[in-house]
Formats: sequence, C-alpha cells, structure tokens
Amino acid sequence: MTSFRIDGGTLIDRNDVRRFTFNDEALTGFGGDTVASSLLANGKQLVGRSFKYHRPRGILTAGAAEPNALLTIGRDGRRGPNTRATMAELFDGLEARSQNCWPNVNFDIGAMNGVLGPLLGAGFYYKTFMWPAAFWEKVYEPLIRKAAGLGRASYDPDPGYYEKCWAHCDLLVIGAGPAGLAAALTAGRAGARVVIADEGAHLGGGFLAEGSPLGGKPADAVLADIVGELHALPNVEIKKRTTVFAAYDDQVFGAVERVQKHLPEHEINPHRAMERLWRIVARKVVLATGAEERPIVFGGNDRPGVMMAGAMRTYLNAYGVAPGKRVALFANNNQAYQTAMDLEARGIDVAAIIDPRTCPNTGYDGKARMIAGAMVRDTAGRKAIKSITVRHDDGRDEVIAVDALAVSGGYSPIVHLACHRGGKPVWSDEHVGFMPPESTDGMTPCGAVAGKTGIAACFAAGGAAAVTALAELGVMGEAASLPDIKQGDEKTDHIQPIWSVPSSKGKAFVDYQNDVAASDITLAMREGYDHVELAKRYTTNGMATDQGKTSNVNAIGILAENKGVSPGEIGTTTFRPFYTPVSFGALVGASKGMEFQPVRKSPLHGWAERNGAKFVETGLWYRSSWFPKDGETFWRDSVNREVKAVRSKVGVCDVSTLGKIEVFGADAAEFLNRVYCNAFLKLPVGKARYGIMLREDGFVYDDGTTSCLGENHYFMTTTTALAAGVLTHLEFCAQVLWPELDVRLASATDQWAQMAVAGPKSRDVLAKIIDEDISNEAFPFLAAREVSMFGGRLKGRLFRISFSGELAYEVAVPAGYGESVADAIMAVGEEFGITPYGTEALGVMRIEKGHVTHAEINGTVTPADLGMGKMVSVKKDDFIGRVMNLREGLVDPDRPSLVGIKPKSPSDKFATGSHILNPGDAVSLANDQGYVTSMCHSPTLGHAIGLALVKNGPSRHGEEVVIWNGLAGTTVNGILCDPAFVDPENEKLHA
Amino acid sequence: MSSLVKCPHCGLRPREEFTIRGEVATPRPAAGADEAAWFDHVYLRDNPRGEHREYWHHSGGCRRWLVLSRNTLTHETSEVVDASTLKSEGGA
Repeated sequence: MTSFRIDGGTLIDRNDVRRFTFNDEALTGFGGDTVASSLLANGKQLVGRSFKYHRPRGILTAGAAEPNALLTIGRDGRRGPNTRATMAELFDGLEARSQNCWPNVNFDIGAMNGVLGPLLGAGFYYKTFMWPAAFWEKVYEPLIRKAAGLGRASYDPDPGYYEKCWAHCDLLVIGAGPAGLAAALTAGRAGARVVIADEGAHLGGGFLAEGSPLGGKPADAVLADIVGELHALPNVEIKKRTTVFAAYDDQVFGAVERVQKHLPEHEINPHRAMERLWRIVARKVVLATGAEERPIVFGGNDRPGVMMAGAMRTYLNAYGVAPGKRVALFANNNQAYQTAMDLEARGIDVAAIIDPRTCPNTGYDGKARMIAGAMVRDTAGRKAIKSITVRHDDGRDEVIAVDALAVSGGYSPIVHLACHRGGKPVWSDEHVGFMPPESTDGMTPCGAVAGKTGIAACFAAGGAAAVTALAELGVMGEAASLPDIKQGDEKTDHIQPIWSVPSSKGKAFVDYQNDVAASDITLAMREGYDHVELAKRYTTNGMATDQGKTSNVNAIGILAENKGVSPGEIGTTTFRPFYTPVSFGALVGASKGMEFQPVRKSPLHGWAERNGAKFVETGLWYRSSWFPKDGETFWRDSVNREVKAVRSKVGVCDVSTLGKIEVFGADAAEFLNRVYCNAFLKLPVGKARYGIMLREDGFVYDDGTTSCLGENHYFMTTTTALAAGVLTHLEFCAQVLWPELDVRLASATDQWAQMAVAGPKSRDVLAKIIDEDISNEAFPFLAAREVSMFGGRLKGRLFRISFSGELAYEVAVPAGYGESVADAIMAVGEEFGITPYGTEALGVMRIEKGHVTHAEINGTVTPADLGMGKMVSVKKDDFIGRVMNLREGLVDPDRPSLVGIKPKSPSDKFATGSHILNPGDAVSLANDQGYVTSMCHSPTLGHAIGLALVKNGPSRHGEEVVIWNGLAGTTVNGILCDPAFVDPENEKLHA
Repeated sequence: MSSLVKCPHCGLRPREEFTIRGEVATPRPAAGADEAAWFDHVYLRDNPRGEHREYWHHSGGCRRWLVLSRNTLTHETSEVVDASTLKSEGGA
C-alpha cells in the first residue's frame, strides 16, 4: 500500500498515531485527521458504491456537502449510518464500513445494475415495474429496496446521553471562515454578546486550506492569533463542531453541537451529552457560510480520484495528503488554479490544466501544460481514475494518464439559512450562482456566501457586516483587520459556466448521491417534468442526505440551457431545514426511556407501595390498581376480595389523582352555575353537589363534585383524565367569555392527598381520627367541610360522597401528610377489617352502582343519554352547552341511552365494545341497537355485568338482546336491566 | 409559525409554552340568540391565507388566554393581547 502522506498538514499531529479499521482492514492516521483524509493518506480512493448503479465511488469533497463517502461508523448502539467521512474526525479504535455494497466494496454484485442502466433512468419506478401490478409489492419493491439504499440504522439503543439547550446572543455568526472570524472579532471587541458556530472541528474555514503565507506570516499562525483573541474574550462563545441547521421564525436558529461524537469509547464521559441540540435566539445574524465548489458534469466524472479542486487543496495543506502522483485540473475559473500552484509547490506533477475558456487570463505561471478551450469528456480506470480524455477545441481527443483529477465548475453560495423562512435566492450572472435573497430579515450575508473571493476580501467583508449589525443594535464597532496582505484576490474572476460537457462519453453525473445523470434531467424535460420542483421529484436529483449541495445548481443549469433561459428563470427548489442530517438522538434529547415523559406519583404512592400495590399507568399517573395478598395469583382474586371487603366492612382507596380546582371570588357561585348544566347558585356552605359540565356543542364534557367550603370558596373535583383540560376550559370561560365575573381559579391537584374510605364501617373508622361528630345527623350524605383531626393536630377536608355506592367519605389532607394519615387510617381500621383497594375494585363497584366514567362520557353522549336529563337546568338563562344541548338530534328519544346489561346465563361473559342486537336480527348497521361501554365481573352478584348505551334503553329493562362481539366472532344472549345493580334505592349511601 | 411569542404579561417566551386553541370565532351569542348564531359560533371557522386571529393559552406560563394576530403566509405576528380585552371590544 502506497502512502499518500507528504510533509506538512497544519491540522494533523504526527506524534498522535491513531489506529482504525476500514472494512476490517487495519489502518493508521493521525490526530486531527478526518476519516476521509486518513483513508486518502492510506491510498483508499474507493470508499463506497453508488445508490442505484453501484458504481465505485471515492471522496469528492472535504466537507459537509460530501455526496459519496458515506460510511457506517461505530458499532452496536453507537453505530452511525450515512456518516460523512469528510466530517467524521478520526479517533483511536474507530471502525468504518462502506455501505450499499455486497459482498464487498471491491467486488459488488449490484454493479450489474450498471449494465441494466438503460432500465433504471429517471422515473424508472413509475415505468419499468408497472406490469404485472401484483408483482410490485412482492417482487419489484423488495428487490429495489435490497439493491438501492444507504446505511442501516442500528437496532441497539444508543447508550449516549443527549440534551437540548437555549442560547441567547446579540450577534450570531454562522461559519468561522475569514468572514465569520472577522465578524466575531469585531463584535467581540465591541463588547457584544457573540456566539460563533462552525460545523468543523477547527475554526478557520478558508484559512485552513491556505498554503501561502498571509502578510509574511503563515496562514495558520494568523489564524491562531485570531482564535486566541476570540477565546480570551469572555463575551464570545465559540461553538466548534456545531452545525446551524435551520433558521426559524423570530430569529431562532436550530443548531446541533457534536460534543463527544469524535471521541473513542474510553474517553466518552457518560454524564456529558454526546450531542446538544441548541436553539439560539439572536438579535442579529452574520451569515458567513461560504460557498460550495461545484462539480462539472462530464462523462465518468464519478470515478474515484475525481475530486473538487478546493477539497484537494485542503487535503494537501491541512492534512498533508497528496491526491496522487500525477494530477490534472479541469476548471472554468481562476480560483481553482491555486490548487495547481499548491500541488506544484509540494512537488506533485500537474499533468495538465484543462480550461474551457479560450484565453483565460489566470495569472498562473506554473509548469503545468495549459489546454485552453478544452473539456474533459471521459475518464477511464476500473476502481480509480487512470486517465482522462480531453476534447480539444478543434474536436481532437487526447488521452492523458493521471491518477487524480481536480475539478472546479464555479462556486455556489451556501444560501440555505437565508432561505429557510421562505426567501428565494437570486441568480447572479456575475457570480454564476444563486446569491442570498436581498431581504434577509436581520441577517447579513458576507464573505463567500455574498460572492467575495479570497481571504482578505472575505475578512474585510465580515468586519464590515458586523459593524452594520452592531450599529442596528446601537453599538459602535470598528471592523477588525488583517495584517497587510498582498494576496488580495480582489481581481475579478471570470467564470464561464459549463452545466454539462456536451461531448461527454458515458454517464455524466449531476447528483452523485442519487445517481442522477445529465441524461436523466433531459429525459425528465422531454417527458414534461421541466419545472424545477417536478424535475427534482422525477429524477430524485437533490434528494437524500446531501440535499443536492453539489448537484442542484448544475441541474438547474442543465434545465436552463435546454430551455434556452437563464438559471434565474428556472429558480431553485425550496430550501427547508435541515441543512445537513441531524441524528435522531439529538432531536429526541433526554426524552427517552423513563425520561420520555414525566412520572406523576400520588402523594400516597409510598403508602400504596408499602401495602403491595400493583400500579397502572394512566396518563402520566401511576395509580394503585389492586393490592394482591399472599396466595392470590390472578388479579381478579385480589379485586374480588377488595370489593367484598368494601361492601361488607370497609376499604380505603387513593383518589388523589382526581383533578382538584379551588374556585374563589364574589362571583364564584355564578361562575359555577354557568359552567355546569345543573344549578349551583344555591349550594349552601358545607355541602357538595354532583355536577355535569357540557361542551358548548351540548355534549357532556366532564363530571365531578363541587363543594362549597365557605362564602365565595368552592372546591371542584374533576376526573383524573381531564384535570388539566377542565382547568384550561374554566380559565377560558373566566378570562375570555366572562371577564366581568369576579372569579379566581387555582389547581390544587398536587396539594392534597385524598382517600376514599368506603363501606358500612367507614364511619366507625373515621370517627377514631376525626375530632368532630360525623354521625349521619351531623354529617349527612353530601356534607362537605373542613374538619379537625387527630386531636387538633391536623386540619383536613371531609366529604361525604360515594363512587362505590357504599356509605363513604373522602378525606383530603395536605399532600405531605398523606402517607401518615393513610397509615393512621389503616391502623385504626384494623379492628374493622379495613382493606386497601385499587382502581380496579373502584371500577367494579361503580359499574355495580351504575355510575359513569369516561367510558360512558365518550364525547357522543348528552346528560339525557346517561339518564341524567333531569339534571339539566331549564331555569337557568345561560350555561355552557345550553342551546346546542336542545338541538333536534340531541333530544331524539331514540338516542342510545344508559342501561345495565347482564348475560342471560350467569356463566356467560361478554366484552366491552360488543354491539347489541335484537334477537333474530342479522348483524348490520341498520339493526344495531347500541354497544357495551363497560363490563366487569361482579363479585357481589357472581356474574358478568355491564353498562351499555342502547336505543331507548331505559324503557327496555328486562328485554332480551344479543350481545355480538365482532372481533371474536361470538354472540351471547343478554338481558337489559337497571344500571344500578347494587342498592338501587340508595339505602347504603344514606346509612 | 412564531418561534417566540410576546406574552403581554411574561414577555418574549418560546412557543412551546403555549397551547393553541384555534381561531377566534364569532362572539358567543347571547342566551336568547337563534340557533344559526350558535352554529356559527360553535362550528364555523375560517382558514385564511393571511391575517388570522387565534386564541393562544400561555399554559406553561401565566395561564392567561391571549389573542394572537398572525399572518399565516408570512408568519409575522402583529399583535398579542390578553383575551379578556376582547369582550369590551364587543366579542368573545
């Protein structure tokens, strides 16, 4: 293996040897290398296979735009597919693999697609695999998916930690090349809060590729001075390895900082983020993103060894890597000649410079043979370039042996961030490129993105841009300047556009990543897809991970040339975030695993745990669902025992998750009267009332009890599910609909631990801890007030309300006292056989009692449907939902209404969601009578019971029906009945 | 859509703190209004290209309901006011 490493290389540290593998081959590189530079140094020109034709591909660029050299880097959960070798920093122990090749990159069976090429042109999937239709899903698609594609994601979880942050600054500088550095230095010296971000591992941009001294000083020394000063400024925040990937509204920018992606496993700090997703709020922005060098579209332009001229210069000067031993340059502009000069300065043979311009005035005085008015029309070489074929201006072909070819077709300003908010770039004939839009809303493009060339010009532009931005913020600044530099480059460069070489032989690629050739674009035009957005989608040009950074402008140029118009008339496709791919890890941030969403634990969680509760997640809450005892193997054993204990003795249940809202104000009663459909105006102090809230469209929204605890003070409970929703709704009513009412609302859900103590012995238990008289006379059903507990040591709230249908109370105490009080209730209740019960037993008892939950309040029911039509006030002028509740369709007596249902044979079971049919009726929508909303096994009755919404249900008690389960395909005979299976006379409730 | 919202009570806050309810509909009809007025209020919404007024709730902040006027085309937010001011102007 020949080494292509030569002397020099400002970024690498030759004392820091790093071992890595590429397709299992052991190789070495240096600290400071990228994977791309170390592969090139090891003579690896062939690094991957192309997407569609599986053609051998090499490294085209030295930066973010790389379309070819996408590797899978890392292993297991840290495996990163489609990683650009040009951006990945080399670390010791790195494992890199080629993608999209089988069995290996050197011998790839898929390259047969190259032979099938004629079948795989633009729009091939719309055409070739059309017939027979049945073949698409089973044959064609799997085949194409196997053959085409990029890297595969890892199935292992990423062990890394990711986080999201906000940053705020006066001036955000995007890009740390000469322009960006000058802007940051200028603003930093003026005292502004500056954030400067660059996607690379090193600040410098164009400085890094510079081989010539600047003002008598080596370029890297000039750069080191600038970076040193920036580091010393406390008001400047430098973000390396940080890609600003999106410009959002209100000057908010998305950026991803790769904090530890460049470190070997043993150096990764697990407590530090791997990547950080930043949202940066900037008052002003300097856009110094530079320009992307454009490839030239000619035959065989994708052969490994063909490289952008600027990239070649970067590998040479920054990494000390020679691209080859005999190199040619194919360029239509003067800037690219610097590559030839730098190659020669390093003693590398420049075989020829091919320039399509007939008499270029380049100032080049090197040794290379100049071939003016000529173009490269073909290349040869199996896995790497061996020669080029040059078409001279007289039509003669000449074959020149080379092992690398530098290409430069001009420069495309990197305008993405200036266009994310809808701005359209503007074509410039002078610069032969699309420039940032004129109005960029607080963002000043400068340097190469604004068409400048050369370090000195860009540096000056950056300083000036910062002065302008600072002035708009009312800050005086003085543009930073460089030491006297002769290498001015201010001389105008004459770029002659060549969108594709007309004499190209073979496939001339426009989009390397998607294997789109010039012929595909012209084909799309012939077939009518000549609009730039249509051409993109028909050919896939500009799609996938590189989003056409190297291809879009050439594609637009080809469209323009063929239509005989300016590229400006064709226009660009839409620029959208993201600029470069962002890992899912960064976007997810910390929200994964147990941190995916917050966990809400009741103040009684510890008490429930100590009593052996099994928990169920309901929304964010963990609710105790049952409390198994020794010997109980099946959840229903526990639930049956708990129900029986409550019905015969006493039980205690955590109901803290119910929403609790404190309502205050002189108009609180009036307010409640308007938000509930039933009357609340005359609720006396010390009383609770069940209330139903409607939506404005007349359907039931939520239910719960509200207690009047004092004059102008009410305490509302909501269902667990709608605790937040009801508060938001009440706030809307109070603030928007009736701002004139004096009412204040506060959520108190988390402030109170609340437990239901239910069962015939509940009064006996509570009497032991509550200081006041709670006899039926002193504290009747629906009494609600503050009570003294434990001999005056604690004040709590006691409500005589019941969901189970038993004699029952709810006790609320400040959350912090919850567990102690629950323990105390268990202790004093022991002699009465007190049993903790969970939400499952609660659910069984409410079905036995015929109480509804959101299983019934499902958004399609009215109070009348639930058998509570009489609660809806006919006296009140106004309440939410009053008018719409009276609509024709909502008062139809045939509406499905609440009814109990039980199997005809007590041993039969049925399922929630089953539909009800009349006996003998066929299963059809027309025959549908309703459906089961809830069901359970009733330990009290010893058989299955349920609640259902059935047409005319209340008048059909005792009727026989068929319960049809369409999922299981079963039917059970059932009987409709009163929904109150237990204590329909409410005797227990009032005991 | 705005990334930052200028809450009249809390100042410039990230969009994530807000919950959007939707268009400011016709004012809630008086108790005796006819059904048509109620149908408009409950169901009829515009989907304009351009200026649009919406209810935004500062649910992760001061919990005030706001009326935000924004341009759906340019994403420009022209005004954010407390929604309680709507009624005095004749419509909520």
